[in-house]
Amino acid sequence: MKPKQQRLLLGVVAVAALVGAGFIALSALESKAAYFYTPSDIRQNAVAVGKPIRLGGMVADQSIKRGMDGVTVRFIVADENSQIPVFFKGITPDLFKEKSGVIAEGSMARSGEFIATNLLAKHDEKYMPPELSKGLSTQGASKP
Amino acid sequence: MHRFANPARFLKIATALTPWLMWTGIALLVGGCYGGLFLSPPDYLQGETVRILYIHVPAAWLGMAGWGGIGSASLMYLIWRHPLAAVAAKAIAAPGAIFTAICLVTGSIWGRPTWGTWWEWDGRMTSMLVMLLLYMGYLAFAGALREKSDNDRALAIFGVIGIVNLPIIHGSVTWWKSLHQPPSLGMKGSAIASEILWPLGLTMSGFTLLFAAIILIRMRTILAMTRTEARLLRMALD
Repeated sequence: MKPKQQRLLLGVVAVAALVGAGFIALSALESKAAYFYTPSDIRQNAVAVGKPIRLGGMVADQSIKRGMDGVTVRFIVADENSQIPVFFKGITPDLFKEKSGVIAEGSMARSGEFIATNLLAKHDEKYMPPELSKGLSTQGASKP
Repeated sequence: MHRFANPARFLKIATALTPWLMWTGIALLVGGCYGGLFLSPPDYLQGETVRILYIHVPAAWLGMAGWGGIGSASLMYLIWRHPLAAVAAKAIAAPGAIFTAICLVTGSIWGRPTWGTWWEWDGRMTSMLVMLLLYMGYLAFAGALREKSDNDRALAIFGVIGIVNLPIIHGSVTWWKSLHQPPSLGMKGSAIASEILWPLGLTMSGFTLLFAAIILIRMRTILAMTRTEARLLRMALD
């Protein structure tokens, strides 16, 4: 084998190994690199009370209840299997609404309620003009 | 490919090609920006903020494609020892870093009204920041090695190793639970309505042609500088 071919082989092997390493890192870090827990993750793993975590999922339909003072809000974060009630006091993001994604930072209380200290709205991959969305609003539910 | 490794032939083609790439790119960009700012509708949820997409997505694409280019050129340099490949990799680094930075800044500006935060240590944002740091490391390394062409090999190895980050950036939104949404454009089609999508096609191709023109100009500059240095050296020795 000529040195040039050896280098070609080595180069191809090196790139395959590097891309493979990238994918191995992706799958190995799947649980560590998660930005938030889903309601199911919290139910299954019994997250300790008071431990700071992020909870992410869909705001359940017709679950947002705003308090008389205008800043306290209670709602339910749901995924396919589980639901967690959330309490938050503060100004909610503009995109915070029912049937759309949300990420709440905070911790679980002894009562089983999630006490959020900060809310982030999660945007999905869909982009459309306002006229188009009216026709689709009945099926507006999207994945978190 | 090997035909173009000859610097004289490369210079001839690059010189002829540069104005075409540049002016077509600028024309597409002007059209895309006009369409994106005045003709396309706002988004149903994000409103006018959606328009930052027309800069953010091309910047993200060129930041990643830039490292793809550095990686492949470095590989060609290591395998076939074409000096022109080393020149190409060095020429890509600074524009690639700038587009990566534009991607991070525009993403942050979009994130504030949409998510309610300027920055979060989410998988996509962190891996993109790592890429900017890789670019900066590469540029610092290239600057430090300027005189010794022996060390071009070390730089090329750095270029190849950086490829490891590309699948991580790409997979960070589908494999990990992240704040950043999964890709809107993919093999299965587009989750972006066509009225909003078309200016993105123009700015994507416009920025890409402009990027290519900048790379060719920078490669010609590096080649000219090498020649000048060689000539000065010869004159000093005579």
